[in-house]
Amino acid sequence: MQIKPILAAMRRHKAGTILIGFQIALTLAIVCNALFIIHERIARVSRPSGVTESNLFVITSDWADNSSNNNIDAQIKADLAALRQLGSVQDATALNSFPLHGAGWDNYVRMKPDQIHMTTDSAVYLADDHTLGTLGVKLIAGRNFTPDEVQSLTIQDMKGWPAVIVSKDLAKVLFPNGDALGKEIYASNNNTPSTIVGITDTLQSHMMDSDDNAYAYNAILVPMREVGTGYVHYLIRARPGQLAAAMRDVPKTLIAQSRMRIFDPDDGEMTFAQVRAKAYERDYGMAILMGIVSVVLLAITAAGIVGLTSFWVGQRRRQIGIRRALGATRNDILSYFMTENMLIGMGGIVVGTLLAIGINLWMVTQYGVTRLSGMYLLVGAVVLLLLGQGAVLAPALRASRVPPVEATRSV
Amino acid sequence: MLGYYIDLAVRSLKRSPGLTMLMVLAIGFGVAASMTTYSVFRAVSGDPIPWKSSKLFVPQIDVWGPKGRQGGSDNEPPEAMDYNDAVALMRAHRAKYQSAMYHISPSVIPPDRGMHPINVGGHAVYSEFFPMLDVPFQYGSGWSASDDTQSAAVVVISSKLNQKLFGGANSVGKTLDIEGKDYRIAGVLDNWAPKPVFFDVVNTGGFTTDFEDVFVPFRRAIDVGMTNDGNTNCDEMPKGSGFVGLQQSTCVWIAYMVELDEKADVAAYKDYLDGYYREQKEAGRFSWPVNNRLRDLPAWLKVEHVAPSDTQVSLVVALGLLIVCLVNTAGLLLAKFLRRSSEIGVRRALGAPRTAIYTQFLTEAGIVGTAGGLLGLLLTWVGVKSVTWVLPKEIATLARMDFSLLILTLIVAVIATVLAGLYPTWRASRVQPALQLKSN
Repeated sequence: MQIKPILAAMRRHKAGTILIGFQIALTLAIVCNALFIIHERIARVSRPSGVTESNLFVITSDWADNSSNNNIDAQIKADLAALRQLGSVQDATALNSFPLHGAGWDNYVRMKPDQIHMTTDSAVYLADDHTLGTLGVKLIAGRNFTPDEVQSLTIQDMKGWPAVIVSKDLAKVLFPNGDALGKEIYASNNNTPSTIVGITDTLQSHMMDSDDNAYAYNAILVPMREVGTGYVHYLIRARPGQLAAAMRDVPKTLIAQSRMRIFDPDDGEMTFAQVRAKAYERDYGMAILMGIVSVVLLAITAAGIVGLTSFWVGQRRRQIGIRRALGATRNDILSYFMTENMLIGMGGIVVGTLLAIGINLWMVTQYGVTRLSGMYLLVGAVVLLLLGQGAVLAPALRASRVPPVEATRSV
Repeated sequence: MLGYYIDLAVRSLKRSPGLTMLMVLAIGFGVAASMTTYSVFRAVSGDPIPWKSSKLFVPQIDVWGPKGRQGGSDNEPPEAMDYNDAVALMRAHRAKYQSAMYHISPSVIPPDRGMHPINVGGHAVYSEFFPMLDVPFQYGSGWSASDDTQSAAVVVISSKLNQKLFGGANSVGKTLDIEGKDYRIAGVLDNWAPKPVFFDVVNTGGFTTDFEDVFVPFRRAIDVGMTNDGNTNCDEMPKGSGFVGLQQSTCVWIAYMVELDEKADVAAYKDYLDGYYREQKEAGRFSWPVNNRLRDLPAWLKVEHVAPSDTQVSLVVALGLLIVCLVNTAGLLLAKFLRRSSEIGVRRALGAPRTAIYTQFLTEAGIVGTAGGLLGLLLTWVGVKSVTWVLPKEIATLARMDFSLLILTLIVAVIATVLAGLYPTWRASRVQPALQLKSN
């Protein structure tokens, strides 16, 4: 196929060519960035929590009466004992917060008491000896808490934390040489050291904000029962296959223990799958929205190409007829329009790539998204070229069927 | 003449229904996507109290100094206040209106003993909170300044809670059991649920599905030990224990807002804040230079990143989609108009001036725009209804189709399409009549 005559013909309808090319460029730029956002969100949503999420649920008990801290502490102990007795329940634990929860307690962690710049930030889970078992998180070094270690604590009444368990990612940040076990850190706000007695496998923090991504896997477990906040989260592992039964049994058992409590009708009791869905709601939404926009964009661009090429074919019926009469085959005509579209597409892609990078750079400064990877541009370019070729096929085929006799007809 | 052009345009559009439909669809989708995302953006980034936002200010005092920022890069003082400073500022009473506030979540025992106790959200505030924020009342009013000082057991409840507990009747003067103590109902709000919860974004994050059901006097809440249900941030551990220990500590957990009507008042208040700071510094509390802030409400909402950036990104992407749709329409209109070159040639040869050609083709573009706008309106309505599928509840419920959005949708569609039609029309008007007539 000769390109020169195509270029010469394009010069005769510059505006249309530029408009189509510009449309392809814009589509490429937007679709690349949209796909990139989708990819980022999917990557975020599919990161592991470290928790064995099946058969796990959470029930939040708000205390209805203004009971003393001692009473609440006793109530939590009694609740847990009763829950662990249930046939449908494998294990249960009380926590102040949990992975994916979004709200919770985080503390700066320091290596020395008088350090001014924090070493890192970490979620603080007030846990007990059943926490790891209930969450299904493995201990990869050291020991679990003993029942005697677990004390009660009000959020304002801080005691030292002599023994803590840390997540493996936090251990690595604090002690890059891998010798965290047995070392001392300063994690509580009072200036007493905490000894790392155990290290867990991957364990996500409660923090869901993208600003906190650097701390997303930092977690410290402290052997404390939190009282004085007006509520407690019980995380409960049902026996395999008995999740529904356990979710029926547990509220009844808790009410039987004490009536003075409130379960929020909306999110008082949630399976961990629901916790996950809620935590990533925005990310799913954004991915779906970007998906819809991409599909609509591609459809409109394809339709635009069909429309404009059809017009060009109609306009040039006579010329096509002449070419056919002079010996051009149907294939020649077909490939003429295909090549023309390919040329416009490539021009659009060059401009579109620059635009895509520009938009991405702008979003990097405005919204803190990451840099677009070249893969997206490549995939986007191929998709748009194929889309263009697909769209132009029907009008090009119609053009190739223009009979040579058309040359002899006047308009 | 316009009627004639409309007639011509409709005929022309009917001649190529596929192309016409394509243009209408493109405009419809582009406008709907933009308008739907705009409705969400408008909802989250709008001014919650436009008639007064420039008079409402949030003071910040740098009680922690550089150490409290733990090496963070910005020089922002803590976003909330500790108890002692909040109370000192209230006592000084330097603004027209002011209120310290903290988030509470007490349990309420319904007067109908058959009902289960319920947990409600709310704030402990001062009496000036209500006039400062122009809070509307259905029944009764806020409490008095003397109720503040005497820490009276009074409460203002939401219309929603009033509906739930008293069936919507005027409950002013009745008692309500909150955390086991009786409170006299002073007022019932008239459906007041500002979004974002601008008076306390620190503890609510701005957008939340939680409802503000009760407001009790600040002093009262402190006296009965109604604990703080919002965020507590500490630079060091409280020395005392419990809620009292928190009040004596430098932990920050109290939101604060003041109303300052004139520029001079703002300057005077800033001076007062800085003066207060220096006083405390001389008393040996601080060792770092003055670093206070006094931002008005719009600036404060911006600093706190109350509007989620996702909604802005969506709007930008949707506007991109609209531009593509317009470029697409421009291309198709160009093709359509130039196809009629001979018709234009005849009209011009018979004496039609260029402006007549302009009017004729812009009318055609306008009709496509109106049709696209009507389709866009329908799709926007569908879009606004279905944002609940892709956005969290607390934001999705704020997006709504109202009259201004309706008008805007139509205007955007028509103006955008006419803009897209400008170049094709200009090209059509340049058609040389002689050339067209000759080729026939």
